[in-house]
Amino acid sequence: MLAPIRTVSTERGTCPLLTVQPNRAQVDEKFQIVIMNLLPNQKVTLHSLHQSEDKDFWEAFGHYISDENGTVTVAKDESLGGTYEGTEQMGLLWSMRPVPGSRPGLRLRKMNILTPIVIHISVYNGHLSQDFSQQTPLASSVTERWYVAPGVQRVNIRENGVRGTLFLPPGPGPYPGVLDLWGGGGGLVEYRSGLLASHGFASMALEYLAPEELRTADVDVSYFEKAYQILQNHPKVHRDRMAMLGLSFGSAVTLSMAAYSKVIKPQCCVCISGSHVFPVDKSLFEVFEEMKKYMGRIYMNKENQVIHRDIILPIPSDPALKVDVGRIKCPLLLVNAGDDQNWASVESAEDVSHMEMMMEKAGNRHLLTVLTYPDAGHLIEPPYSPHFRASNFILQEIKEKIVMLWGGQTKPHAYAQEDSWEKILTFLRQHLYFSSNFAVKAKL
Amino acid sequence: MYSLYRSVSTQKRTCPLLSVQPIRGLVDEKFKFVVTNLPPNQKVTLHSLHQSDDKDFWEAFGHYVSDEHGSVTGFKDESLGGTFEGTEPMGLLWSMRPTSGSRHGIRLRKRDTFRPMEVCISVYSGHISQGFSQQTPLATSVSERWYIAPGVKRVNIREKNLRGTLFLPPGSGPYPAVLDLWGGGGGLVEYRSAILASHGFASMALEYLGPEDLRLEDTDASYFERAYQILNNHPMVKKDNLAVLGLSIGSVITLNMVSYSKVIKPKCCVCISGSHLVPVNKSLFELFEQLKNHADKLRVNEDNQVIYRNLHLAISCESGKVDVGRIKCPLLLVNGDDDQTFPAVESAEDMAMMMEKAGNRHLLEILTYPGAGHLIEPPYSPHFRATKYKLQETNETIVMLWGGQTKPHAYAQEDAWKKILAFLWQHLSAP
Repeated sequence: MLAPIRTVSTERGTCPLLTVQPNRAQVDEKFQIVIMNLLPNQKVTLHSLHQSEDKDFWEAFGHYISDENGTVTVAKDESLGGTYEGTEQMGLLWSMRPVPGSRPGLRLRKMNILTPIVIHISVYNGHLSQDFSQQTPLASSVTERWYVAPGVQRVNIRENGVRGTLFLPPGPGPYPGVLDLWGGGGGLVEYRSGLLASHGFASMALEYLAPEELRTADVDVSYFEKAYQILQNHPKVHRDRMAMLGLSFGSAVTLSMAAYSKVIKPQCCVCISGSHVFPVDKSLFEVFEEMKKYMGRIYMNKENQVIHRDIILPIPSDPALKVDVGRIKCPLLLVNAGDDQNWASVESAEDVSHMEMMMEKAGNRHLLTVLTYPDAGHLIEPPYSPHFRASNFILQEIKEKIVMLWGGQTKPHAYAQEDSWEKILTFLRQHLYFSSNFAVKAKL
Repeated sequence: MYSLYRSVSTQKRTCPLLSVQPIRGLVDEKFKFVVTNLPPNQKVTLHSLHQSDDKDFWEAFGHYVSDEHGSVTGFKDESLGGTFEGTEPMGLLWSMRPTSGSRHGIRLRKRDTFRPMEVCISVYSGHISQGFSQQTPLATSVSERWYIAPGVKRVNIREKNLRGTLFLPPGSGPYPAVLDLWGGGGGLVEYRSAILASHGFASMALEYLGPEDLRLEDTDASYFERAYQILNNHPMVKKDNLAVLGLSIGSVITLNMVSYSKVIKPKCCVCISGSHLVPVNKSLFELFEQLKNHADKLRVNEDNQVIYRNLHLAISCESGKVDVGRIKCPLLLVNGDDDQTFPAVESAEDMAMMMEKAGNRHLLEILTYPGAGHLIEPPYSPHFRATKYKLQETNETIVMLWGGQTKPHAYAQEDAWKKILAFLWQHLSAP
């Protein structure tokens, strides 16, 4: 829409133009960044800056050289250095890290998702790597990233002891329902559900670990069943199109429910960075007591980061110590990270597929899809959010503050988030929107 | 991936998916809507609904038939009827009109530029033309249309009795600037300045008709010169890198200022639906007195809508024309040839002749849009052929005929805006 102006000037002030399109986007949408009106072959730094809800500053930057027209096109040109390298359209987001001098062990998470993530994107002259705040940018732009689409409704769920937040897509419905479970970090984390609602799913983020509100002794199979039913019975939810999605400990819950519950019978399940060891068939209190027995397997590396993964290794051969995945009757998507330092999810997945004999017998081996991402870490989240190799964490089993090593390298982790999210959405759509199980079948 | 069975369901609900991209866009950005997962060859109606800041409801709709895959693609498929026809990706916006039962003669204008315009887009089964609120849609999406880009700042300008609003682009500046003048409807109309700031211009919307503390007697050349200086001297504005943009009477003022003022010396000007037939030598009070004297030239059509255009010709016979031969900067005129309010096209032709004689014809560019009316606004806003209007000259509320037909007017708005922005960038960005 804007005229491409060529200003060949020998002075620095050539009014460079920075465009970020779209400048209001959903968090899982790509943006196009183009810088125009630079000098030809000019060294510039593209910089992103964000202040989190916790007031910490996060930044990323890439070093570019404009072409003979004085243009930098991030989707096509290579970053020659910075927090990311190569042709990386979204590098300015996924390679973000706390600015120097920040508190250690931070993780970037949006808790109020009714407002957008605001990111300042700037172009600086030369290849800089620090002290951005002391320089005047050549051009800057502000971009918003939203977890919720317009019209998505947020509904507090406080019913029958169950605590959660339901996000409904706009319109009359009914919609497929997704029960959304996070992991051992606890609390009520809404952003993934907000995003799922923006993709047409009625998604309920469930709070099940909340030291102030819920006693772990009270959170057992019936808690999850009640939550599932609240979602299923909601007037805007299609009761025969349900899914469960879990991350980390949430995956353990999901696998357990899908295998054993007589109430929870979803059309499909997604388990991210999870494991079928330590079945959740009793109260959380009892599960954590069980896990405490294996605390000796957890150790710290030399940076004092806790490596949790071995708690389930070796994968027990005793079936009583694992979820009997042969009983799962719905399609199951496992998303695992090759460098998961928190759960040995890859080994678990292998064991799951080595139980293919059991699944074969049960006739449901075909239900399993396993995605494994080399060099990704445990926290596989919606795309373009930064990678956290390690961050502060409260270990439920012992109620201590530690630094948990999640694992992964930034670039492959970013790839894993982007690719897995697309596949998760496709999987959910396939089984909840397009499946021919629901409509009257007719041959044309 | 999907089974080869086609769901020929006897129930209406096949869970169709409606996607609108981008779901949050600037008001001058296009969007694309796609409906999928319908049965093949199904008749559907795409409907848009918006509740304005004035609480009126506006709607548009198009009748489509899904293809053999059960899809409707807004930018490829044809609407077979409704408030717009043909392959019109933005028809759901520009063909909007008040819902039945609304007040007469209303105009859709955004007052709060910091909140988006929310448009509810729905898919209904069948080809329907009314009673949408009584039906359950198959799918719904809500689109936000923003006048401001993220980071745009709004600054109140209040100096003595001068009132305006300055919108600044994000970043540290300094920016090229635009003095933004609306027409005789008066008041402080901010939305065009807001969207200009979203495109990198520091834009000041100036109020010159209407505030209680500003008398028409005091609104003379010095008022506009002061406004221009305030803008030019602003620390975030690139000095002497200004344009003046006017619509209707705003264009009349612009032509006067740029021809005669020793203070107002912009790099370029844009005059939408203007006329050089009304010299403004003294205050606006005198101008409106003069216009009042010729009120007998106002015509009324059979629908009781006022046709204003002859007034200028009458005035010009009496007082002459603005001497546009004196203009020293590039000038872009944007006109609709069905303008019933000003004789904009005739004026433009006459200006071309005058400038030819004076030797500055090369500064003039004229865009004339067939079938467009007087109110050429930023794109995708609805077309108003006639709306309620308070005539300054007589203080009467009438229905003013602006002219234009909806489809060509929509085209004019879209094309003119692109060209206006390119014109401004061409003349303002060079150091």
